[in-house]
Amino acid sequence: MTDIAGVRPPRLLTRDARTRRRNAAEFRFRLYGRVAVCIGVAALIVLLASVVANGVGAFRQTFLTLDLSLDAAELDPSGARDVAAMKKVTTIGYGRFLTRQLKAAIAERGIRIEGITDSDIAGMISKAAPAQVRDRVLADPGLIGRTVAFRLLANGRIDGYLKGRVTMKSARLDGNVSPAQLRLSDALRKDGMLAMAFNWGFITSADASELRPEAAGLGVAILGSAYMMIIVLFLALPIGVASSIYLEEFAPTNRWTDLIEVNISNLAAVPSIVFGILGLAIFINFAGLPQSAPIVGGLVLTLMTLPTIIIATRAALKSVPPSIRDAALGVGASKMQAIMHHVVPLAMPGVLTGAIIGLAQALGETAPLLLIGMVAFVRDFPAPPPEGFLDPATALPVQVYNFTQRADPAFAERASGAIIVLMVFLLAMNLVAILLRRRFERRW
Amino acid sequence: MTAAAISLLMVALAATGAAGREQIQIAGSSTVLPYAAIAAEAFGENFDFRTPVVEGGGSGAGRKKLCEGVGENTIDIANSSSRITPSDIDLCASNGVSEIMEVRLGYDGIVFATAQGAPQYAFAPADWYNALAANVLVGGVLAPNPNTTWADVNGDLAAQEILAFIPGTKHGTREVFDTRIIEAGCVASGAFAAFKRQNGGDEDAAARSCLSLRTDGRSVDIDGDYTETLARIEANPNAIGVFGLSFYRNNTDRLRAATLDGVFPSSETIASGAYPASRPLYFYVKIAHLGVIPGLREFIAFFVSDDIAGPDGLLAEYGLVPDPQLAATQKMVATAGRMDPLE
Repeated sequence: MTDIAGVRPPRLLTRDARTRRRNAAEFRFRLYGRVAVCIGVAALIVLLASVVANGVGAFRQTFLTLDLSLDAAELDPSGARDVAAMKKVTTIGYGRFLTRQLKAAIAERGIRIEGITDSDIAGMISKAAPAQVRDRVLADPGLIGRTVAFRLLANGRIDGYLKGRVTMKSARLDGNVSPAQLRLSDALRKDGMLAMAFNWGFITSADASELRPEAAGLGVAILGSAYMMIIVLFLALPIGVASSIYLEEFAPTNRWTDLIEVNISNLAAVPSIVFGILGLAIFINFAGLPQSAPIVGGLVLTLMTLPTIIIATRAALKSVPPSIRDAALGVGASKMQAIMHHVVPLAMPGVLTGAIIGLAQALGETAPLLLIGMVAFVRDFPAPPPEGFLDPATALPVQVYNFTQRADPAFAERASGAIIVLMVFLLAMNLVAILLRRRFERRW
Repeated sequence: MTAAAISLLMVALAATGAAGREQIQIAGSSTVLPYAAIAAEAFGENFDFRTPVVEGGGSGAGRKKLCEGVGENTIDIANSSSRITPSDIDLCASNGVSEIMEVRLGYDGIVFATAQGAPQYAFAPADWYNALAANVLVGGVLAPNPNTTWADVNGDLAAQEILAFIPGTKHGTREVFDTRIIEAGCVASGAFAAFKRQNGGDEDAAARSCLSLRTDGRSVDIDGDYTETLARIEANPNAIGVFGLSFYRNNTDRLRAATLDGVFPSSETIASGAYPASRPLYFYVKIAHLGVIPGLREFIAFFVSDDIAGPDGLLAEYGLVPDPQLAATQKMVATAGRMDPLE
């Protein structure tokens, strides 16, 4: 057969105009996808980089090593080594004592700084340091009369100088630090008294007031978050799994179950602050639970997490093929046996993944905690559980929020540091979820 | 697992009934919060009582919480950057909180500041009124604000675009700004008299007219905290922000304060009254809780002691303007003085 005039048959090796257009369209489509991914990744990198760049400093801190001769006349005026009497010397007294000791140490080393005043020297040491010394002396009155080496926190501005946040130029304008103090810190650094070290206190110690940003830590917040997660895990997981098994496997399909289903999906989308209002009304005002306590926070977050866990569990149960149920029922298992012995174990990876994602969501939540008094300045560590569930505590995201509101610039660094800690926790939880899925998931 | 969860909850609930609250609960003004936190921290360090828990939330919210009732589920102290209102006292009384102690812990000033490197400004309240009000006197007649630069307002000021970041209406600082700066400026610029004539001699209506600010983007309300104002100022070199004195004192390397009526803001000028924009800071104590919550009596005495609230105390170091009448307050606290009825 010959070609019909003007129309050439399509050839496999040369592309005609239409194919080229289609190929170009596909190429562009892929390109859009790549650009979208790149934008997402770039935003993530910028976010992470700025948080890490700002926050990594919080994990290192400037310390001042000082040999203190713990003078009995000053620290134990009664001389009886009686702790109750020794408590009469307050941290303000210890502060004066530390200033004198530092001044003597500077003179002893022959360091001379022009224009330095006594209050400049007092300002080198953190306001948290007197309590540090006092607590140690009160815990061990035998130290009095001896010379003991202490590693004390340096003031936040001095720490800022070593980290590059404070410069000679800014110190001239800054009412809280003087150039003489910075010259003194240079001299002390050369002498080895002043040095940076890893800041365990950032993870283990409690929050601190605005006069001592250098002492602020996340200890109470980490404990509070951990307590709340324990409560959420122990309440939301059993309640969520039980209700989803019932709804998925046993419940008849009628108007009531439809209503419940619609409500569960709706609850998952309710803003978290609403749960806080509910928590305040029910748990604090009605049930009389204490304010600022992890038990209330845990209960509120449980309510918030339940829909997430129920939806994930139901999806996991649904994905178990009906043939498994039919086979179990076919060999004579009861419905409960079929479910508990076969369906639930197979659905477990999905259930746990859902639970962990729900927990991670709860871990990052601040808004509901605002209303139940957990967005607060809390310095005492809660007791070990279960009593500790009733003691005041904060949570990690709350601590980030609190740090960003403070006036001293040193808190900005700590806010980013707290974000890093929070992200490490979230990452660890998501990693566990992924590992569980990889390890136990079965495909049909 | 469910059994474990239920038993856990039971233990927790049982413990609530058994043990009373051991720590003081404080809530209220975010301006007073850092001072209360400093006092709480020092109290926890030096006494055998637990460290008080300090919440923010705002002056009004704190006073409402105080007035919720008597008992361990209610707070003990409300911080406030403005004085308690008669309606708060009525609310308290209707909830059984009949006795409240009012403690003035010191003063706070508001500071107008620019980023470092901006020109030095010397303001009078009338300059702020003419720069930010919706209607100002132009040639003796009230007209929508035509001023675009500070030099338009006052020839002595720099010819910079007007752009001001002022606290949002939920802030206690805004109240001081409104009364001490805008209202005072309204009167000084003569606009108040014009408004009064317009409203047929009604002073309240005239005062309300004074407070309406321009909405063309030159006056920006900041509902966040001072850190946000600072960030905005650093991004806009022309802008002027309104700060609390303590915030300014902690950021003097980044901020440059303007004078008001020729006076530079400092603890001394505010304490002496020479600097016009300042306000007292209070905390209110529920007297029914004294002797019930451990350490409450000791804490309030400690809070107003010389070591904390005095001229050389910890709070002054952070930026509180000490109260010249602190000794009288200490005496009042020592005798657990009740509040006089508001006049």
